[in-house]
Amino acid sequence: MTKALTILGIESSCDDTAAAVVRLDDTATVLASVVKGQNDLHADFGGVVPEIAARAHAERVDICIEEALAEAGMTLGDIDGIAVTSGPGLIGGVLSGVMCAKGIATATGLPIVSVNHLAGHALTPRLTDAVTFPYLMLLVSGGHCQFLIAEGPETFRRIGGTIDDAPGEAFDKTARLLGLPQPGGPHVERAAQTGDAKAFTLPRPLLDRAGCDMSFSGLKTALLRARDAVVTEKGGLTEKDRSDLAAAFQLAVSDILFEKTRRALTEYFELQPKKRVFAIAGGVAANGPIRAALMALCAELETDFVAPPLNLCTDNAAMIAYAGGVRLLAGQSDDMTFKARPRWPLDDRAPALLGSGKKGAKA
Amino acid sequence: MTFTKGPVLLPSEEDTDALAQRIAPILRAGDVLLLEGDIGAGKTAFSRALIRARLGYEEDVPSPTFTLVQTYEDDVDIWHCDLYRLSHPDEAIELGLDEAFETAICLIEWPDRLADLAPKSALTLRFVASDPHHVTFVGPADWQTRLGAIDV
Repeated sequence: MTKALTILGIESSCDDTAAAVVRLDDTATVLASVVKGQNDLHADFGGVVPEIAARAHAERVDICIEEALAEAGMTLGDIDGIAVTSGPGLIGGVLSGVMCAKGIATATGLPIVSVNHLAGHALTPRLTDAVTFPYLMLLVSGGHCQFLIAEGPETFRRIGGTIDDAPGEAFDKTARLLGLPQPGGPHVERAAQTGDAKAFTLPRPLLDRAGCDMSFSGLKTALLRARDAVVTEKGGLTEKDRSDLAAAFQLAVSDILFEKTRRALTEYFELQPKKRVFAIAGGVAANGPIRAALMALCAELETDFVAPPLNLCTDNAAMIAYAGGVRLLAGQSDDMTFKARPRWPLDDRAPALLGSGKKGAKA
Repeated sequence: MTFTKGPVLLPSEEDTDALAQRIAPILRAGDVLLLEGDIGAGKTAFSRALIRARLGYEEDVPSPTFTLVQTYEDDVDIWHCDLYRLSHPDEAIELGLDEAFETAICLIEWPDRLADLAPKSALTLRFVASDPHHVTFVGPADWQTRLGAIDV
């Protein structure tokens, strides 16, 4: 039995501000998780409205913390440590969270740990499903798309990823191109339900190339051309055309993820894991057909398919509390000198996707 | 005095890369490129090629759509921005763009969001995704000289 720790997590690296309380011993329990975003405003724009202002994060972060503590029925006196996202992300937002965390740590004398936002995502399958290392992780969201082999709580090997757009972004932009509302994911999926994916032929970029790297940018351009061809021919887009285009796009994304996941799994199997686990996190994991395709692939390859609930695989602070708590349990913490980092690759050993950097790891 | 040059045809992504590679070396601190054009017109592809040409290696250049700004450290820092999600020009100041306009090389997608904040000295590149893709340059006269020196 490990000594139990109760961790306060703080996350402000993206559009949302979040705080959470997680209890960690041999298992992990989310006692409270509060996320404040701007979801209502999505529909007005072709994408999510960002919370750019550091000020707005700063205004909300303490409220989030108060609410999370109240939800857990606790005060700061019950907390054993503070975990905060210190990158990667928009620097103003990250700074707000880091400064708040440092302030609380200074005032209370609690230990503080700096957490990589992506490590939070990558460790979520352990928080929710207690999976064992090593496991293969696909992070697939609006801003990210990468395959990681999680070998330990701080050891991640990136074996591939998008070389341009992330699929979530491609869904949003497809929605914009087809005149569908935002956020694009659910709307494109709905339109695709009645569409014929074979009505249009869209490319599968990089599919013929070895490795696990992906490309989605060219797909967007191909969709644009297909749409314009229809508009030129008919003077407009019928609802059926739109559904067909949505279906063709979704199938292309699904095919790319399916094939690249197959290759990533093959690479992962070389580690000879006792139990084969594939975990997926990020908003795109909520797409029905993509999820079904990847589940079928896992079934075929005798691999467990793990998908944390959506509220824990989109941005949240529970994953940050968990990732930080694991380090605290291991006796690690940071001093007050750690900085907010706009760029912070999870795998410092990985070269830039298409070659190697003259400066080594990106900072 | 403004000048207009183009359209320069970009039938393939290789042509976009080649154009970016020619422009990259002539850029200096304080240069702002305003990249106009619809989705799929080639703004990010051009930026990616230009950033890689500046850095001299195949850096991972993700789309800045979600992060709004991606910065690259070099002898002169490069800021790659997608302002689509901005709702007010003031937010550009919040991002620190006004300062970056002075000190960095800035590649700005969806620059209409800047309204009056767009520097007068900026070079505008209008990308169009017709068949073939093409781009038109618009900017102050000194850009004509600078681009002329590299036969653009």
